[in-house]
Amino acid sequence: MSTLLSVEDLQIRTAARPLVSGISFSIAAGERVGLIGESGSGKSLTALAVLGLLPDTMRVTGSITLDGHPVIGARDRDLVPLRGRSVAAVFQEPMTALDPLMRIGDQVAEVVRRRALRDGTKPGRAEIASRVLALLERVALPEPARIARAFPHEISGGQRQRGAIAMALACRPKLLIADEPTTALDVTTQAEILKLLETVVRDEGMGLLFISHDLPVVATVAERALVMRHGALIEEGPVGTLFGRPSHPYTEGLVAAARAFDAALEFAP
Amino acid sequence: MTLLALSGVSFSYGRGSRVLQDIDLAVEAGSNLGIVGESGSGKTTMLKLLLGLERASSGAVSFRGERLDAANRGFMRGFRRSVQAVFQDPYSSLDPRQRVFDIIAEPLRSLKIETDIAAAVEQALRDVDLPADAARRYPHEFSGGQRQRIAIARAIVANPDLIIADEVVSALDLTTRTRIIDLLRSLSARMTFVVVSHDIALVALLCERLVVLEKGRIVEQGATRDILARPAHPYTRQLLASTPRMPERV
Repeated sequence: MSTLLSVEDLQIRTAARPLVSGISFSIAAGERVGLIGESGSGKSLTALAVLGLLPDTMRVTGSITLDGHPVIGARDRDLVPLRGRSVAAVFQEPMTALDPLMRIGDQVAEVVRRRALRDGTKPGRAEIASRVLALLERVALPEPARIARAFPHEISGGQRQRGAIAMALACRPKLLIADEPTTALDVTTQAEILKLLETVVRDEGMGLLFISHDLPVVATVAERALVMRHGALIEEGPVGTLFGRPSHPYTEGLVAAARAFDAALEFAP
Repeated sequence: MTLLALSGVSFSYGRGSRVLQDIDLAVEAGSNLGIVGESGSGKTTMLKLLLGLERASSGAVSFRGERLDAANRGFMRGFRRSVQAVFQDPYSSLDPRQRVFDIIAEPLRSLKIETDIAAAVEQALRDVDLPADAARRYPHEFSGGQRQRIAIARAIVANPDLIIADEVVSALDLTTRTRIIDLLRSLSARMTFVVVSHDIALVALLCERLVVLEKGRIVEQGATRDILARPAHPYTRQLLASTPRMPERV
């Protein structure tokens, strides 16, 4: 499989201190990778670095190659075409990721239009509307026509996250970055969203970088996982091996804690 | 002995629809009770009723067999002393302008409990495994887990019989979460907990009894063991099936 994303010796620092210190990893086309870490581990900064969205106050060194293009050191003008076509992102809180003053359908339509322009086409309004409806159906939103007319506050948290995923899908990216996309959701909704993410990523052959602090959630969607702590990458491997035979004491602690929660639910009759 | 009980309780905000309907539950001393539900289930409203912060639209809330009565100030003072709370967000539940000492001492002062305040605060800090010098510092100097310990110290300082814990570990990292759960477990030897959470695994770790709430109704309640082994209601089964698990060991 060809390499879609390659991160080498990535360092992120502020004037005061290092935040991410020399991490390297890669994601192959169509591969689903989990990035595990607790707060302050640098996992979200790593994702922002891949998107080229780190604040100017942070110094970034090392190299990131996304879909054959360098990200670190690239001008914003060169990054814009990369975002959307090569990579799209879904974040934790769909209420802040969506524009509260714009109907869901219009938000998805904007992405559809921009993506079409990049492909050199200019679809008419009816064509865009039908693509928007198809995307809302794709993310299993009930009554897509009604939801397209709704504002973000008029629908549930899970529906908003489906809307955000529809926008990411409209980009038809090669890599989808999902940063804690289910943390703000109820467990039953989370189960549906995880299933949806896994299905669409698999069907479209997208790569997935799934960021979470929650080990069982990562195990549900990812084939391979990376563990970060204090800005360093401390362990990586296929999910089965990593969670079955963790080699770093920190990973061992996380796995033991997660298993304790599982065990609490296993009362034999 | 029954500490707190809701019998036939329903609740609506103003003229709105019923948020809770026909709720019967009892908190027995020495047996932690878990209340599990998702957003919109009525958990938060239930919490307010249990803390005496809202009055039931119908039915009765009683404490040690006596109906909660906001007008009976002596009774309410006894209630406040016996029932304390810890909330989800340790960043917003501690006054940033007060030193930890004053935060923890607050229930003793407001409930006019005559005791050696300095000694009680010191003991509470020891109980939650914080160093004695924490008393002189401010909340912003502490991590999320440490702040939650401060909130727990404040809740236990007056030696209550019951602590109502609302999503107390939801905002914490996994490793911190485990330590706070261990702390709550050790405190369970001294007092009873009502654990309100969306997380059925957390409740299973801490509570002998379980109440499952869906859309304002109790759909199932009983011994945690029995419910987990044989969940009777489809919603309970769905909650259990939706909770992600670790993969089998390979």
